Amino acid sequence: MLRITGGKVYDPANEIDGQIKDICIDDHGQIVDSVDGGRTIDATGMIIFPGGVDVHTHVAGGAMNFARAMTPEDHRRTQAFIRTKNRRSGLGGMAPTTFATGYLYAGMGFTTVNEAAVPVLSARHTHEELADIPIVDKTTLTLMANNEIMMDQMEAGEYERAKNVVAWYIWAAKSYGVKAVNPGGVAAWKWGADAKQLSSPIAGYNTLTPGKIVTMLATICDDLGLPHPMHLHCNNLGAPGNISTTLDTLKHLEGHRAHIAHSQYHAYGGDGWDTMCSATAQLAEYFNTHPNITTDAGAVLFGDTVTITADGPWQHLLYKLTGRKWGNLDVENETGCGIVPYTYRPSNLVNAVQWASGLELMLLIKNPWQVFLSTDHPNGGCFWRYPEIIQLLMCADFRKECIAKLPDKIKGRITLPEIDREYTLYEVATSMSAGPARALGLTQKGNLGVGCDADIVIYEEEDDVARMFSHPRYVIKAGEIVIEDGDIKETPEGREFLVKPNYAPETHEFMRPLFEDCYTMQFDNYPVELERIENPVMQPLKLEK
Amino acid sequence: MTITLTLKQAPAVPLEAEVLSPDVFAELSNAEIRALIVYNGKRQVPLEEFFDVDGERSDELVLHGDLTKVRLIGRGMSKGSVTVHGRVGMHLGAHMKGGRIEVHGDASDWIGAEMKNGFIHVHGNAGGQIGAAYRGSLAGMKNGTIIVDGTAGLEVGMRMRRGTIILGGQAKDFTGLQMKGGTIILMDGAEIRTGAWMNRGTIISMKPIKLMPTFAESNDSNPTFMNVYARQLKRFGVNLPFAASEGIYQRFSGDLAVPGNGEILVWQPA
Repeated sequence: MLRITGGKVYDPANEIDGQIKDICIDDHGQIVDSVDGGRTIDATGMIIFPGGVDVHTHVAGGAMNFARAMTPEDHRRTQAFIRTKNRRSGLGGMAPTTFATGYLYAGMGFTTVNEAAVPVLSARHTHEELADIPIVDKTTLTLMANNEIMMDQMEAGEYERAKNVVAWYIWAAKSYGVKAVNPGGVAAWKWGADAKQLSSPIAGYNTLTPGKIVTMLATICDDLGLPHPMHLHCNNLGAPGNISTTLDTLKHLEGHRAHIAHSQYHAYGGDGWDTMCSATAQLAEYFNTHPNITTDAGAVLFGDTVTITADGPWQHLLYKLTGRKWGNLDVENETGCGIVPYTYRPSNLVNAVQWASGLELMLLIKNPWQVFLSTDHPNGGCFWRYPEIIQLLMCADFRKECIAKLPDKIKGRITLPEIDREYTLYEVATSMSAGPARALGLTQKGNLGVGCDADIVIYEEEDDVARMFSHPRYVIKAGEIVIEDGDIKETPEGREFLVKPNYAPETHEFMRPLFEDCYTMQFDNYPVELERIENPVMQPLKLEK
Repeated sequence: MTITLTLKQAPAVPLEAEVLSPDVFAELSNAEIRALIVYNGKRQVPLEEFFDVDGERSDELVLHGDLTKVRLIGRGMSKGSVTVHGRVGMHLGAHMKGGRIEVHGDASDWIGAEMKNGFIHVHGNAGGQIGAAYRGSLAGMKNGTIIVDGTAGLEVGMRMRRGTIILGGQAKDFTGLQMKGGTIILMDGAEIRTGAWMNRGTIISMKPIKLMPTFAESNDSNPTFMNVYARQLKRFGVNLPFAASEGIYQRFSGDLAVPGNGEILVWQPA
């Protein structure tokens, strides 16, 4: 039992904006009206937020491991976690190791993360790694938009079957929802092609187009009643002028719920690298008039990182542009993956435009319930640098100082210098916790109301925003104090949220021959058993009636 | 005034001793030096468990004994000198920024790896990866000079960006692998795959070497920079011929597999 008194509470889910309010936590790690006895934390002069929720990150699985293996140079220079009584050893850096990932997220006040890209084939591995990420709760999304068995059903116009297949896959991967990456493009990459036009047939198919996949998959997610809508990485990521593709994609989503991942990478104007500019104003305008769609920023921070995505063709292009290391994984008939270490430099005009675009989206989209804090970790920057973004959002003067350091040629390519908006603490709490939790359909997260999970972060109020957000005074996870005075006290295991969408029972046997025709593993070994998940929690579906 | 360290007993497992650096010793008393922590395998032990220490507060270190298993000596040093009488272990002078290291004996792998500046002279033989980039890093040594009087191992100057490596004896395979700049001088040639994947930089060999098919012969000449080089190298006791009367350099460019703009110059005596 725990009582937190005297702190200024920012709880957007209950429209509490800085009021001083007591918070009580029972022995089950839930917030309650009152408690008798137990410890009391005097939070006078402190700020209380619901624990952070990362709506889009990459922290576990085959690709992440590949990235770790590819960047030994980063391991040598990065923060090392030395083993102590209650902490395992590990490394921070661009692609932190499993245990360190938990320590770093919790150390920053984040208590829930969504691993946004899991191929079914490596789901088992991913869950094993997630079990090794302590403290934080987890969800995973299954990569679907380039799955050939599903695409074949879509091509044949078999909507019901496609829906059953998707539902079967979600449960086979023990995941929480659907991720679509470059729909059709990764499948085309296996033919050496990409899919940049939503209306052109995908290589290897006669009539199926990326646009059809987008619409059908969004419909499937809605019909299955998934708590989180389709999580979409649009086609044509990173390319100058891709705003037209992105807007076209959004038109294919009319009438559906959807979450657009890392939209910064999809909001460029111009027609080549020389003329690339920010087109965030157009994209923000769309979000401002379409409340059914949420997004996360995918903001970029200058410095070293490693880019990881299922978007294999884009990673090959990035490798060609940089001449650095390149990793490519083929995930049989499901998806692909590319890994390229990258350095974002302020002196590089393209990088400068990307840096500005991420912030512009967060500032131009008016409703903080629609746009969430993310760097698409580790693609735009490492998650442990989120406090730097919060500082850029909260302090217009600091932003201006940073803009002044960009090359002169940036003028006219970005709109950031004209934006004066500053995030309030209430908006920050919405964008880093309440908003992403609601978008994920995690009703018990990002909310300090009675009955919700007691995931709470308490900051000492100070002027240096970046410092404040990177050094919480207390972090409470499921009612347990995990961080106190900047030290990790406890490292409890996190939970994993799963959904079991309904599918026709015969789907399993329908899949078997299709699978056994072309996969390298036995069908019966393919689905992940529920026993493989540590601390699973079934999240209800959003079905009408 | 120097500080003399004498190894009492050779460690059974590697002793990681990056504290053996002039930057660390410069302001320390004898007692403080003896109490410095070294890693004997995974165990942390005071330096005095392995070394007798004579002297204090100096940036001139003299080491005696068979230091084959003592690693990281002079790591990241920026000033002063380290003189070793005996064999020395891996990573000698890695990341060093300045100062001198002299070894009267043999050295091991990774000497001067990723060094920024400074001078290393090994009078005996050395191992592989001299002045190289550590696994995964983009660049090896960025400046400075490494001289090895004897032979060297694999991957000498791997991904080096600038600086000079001079080998008196023969080098093994992959000398100048993925080289990005700088100069490697081979007084006694090298084994196979010299300059593989080199992007830029110069490898000069005084002996004929076996070249890969991805190096194209471009021309024979006595480049003018050679006499400037020769004069510079004279002070290290290295004699680089440059006069037309003595012979000519055959120039090969590559590695065309990358494709790169590196060059290998092979001396053809008249």
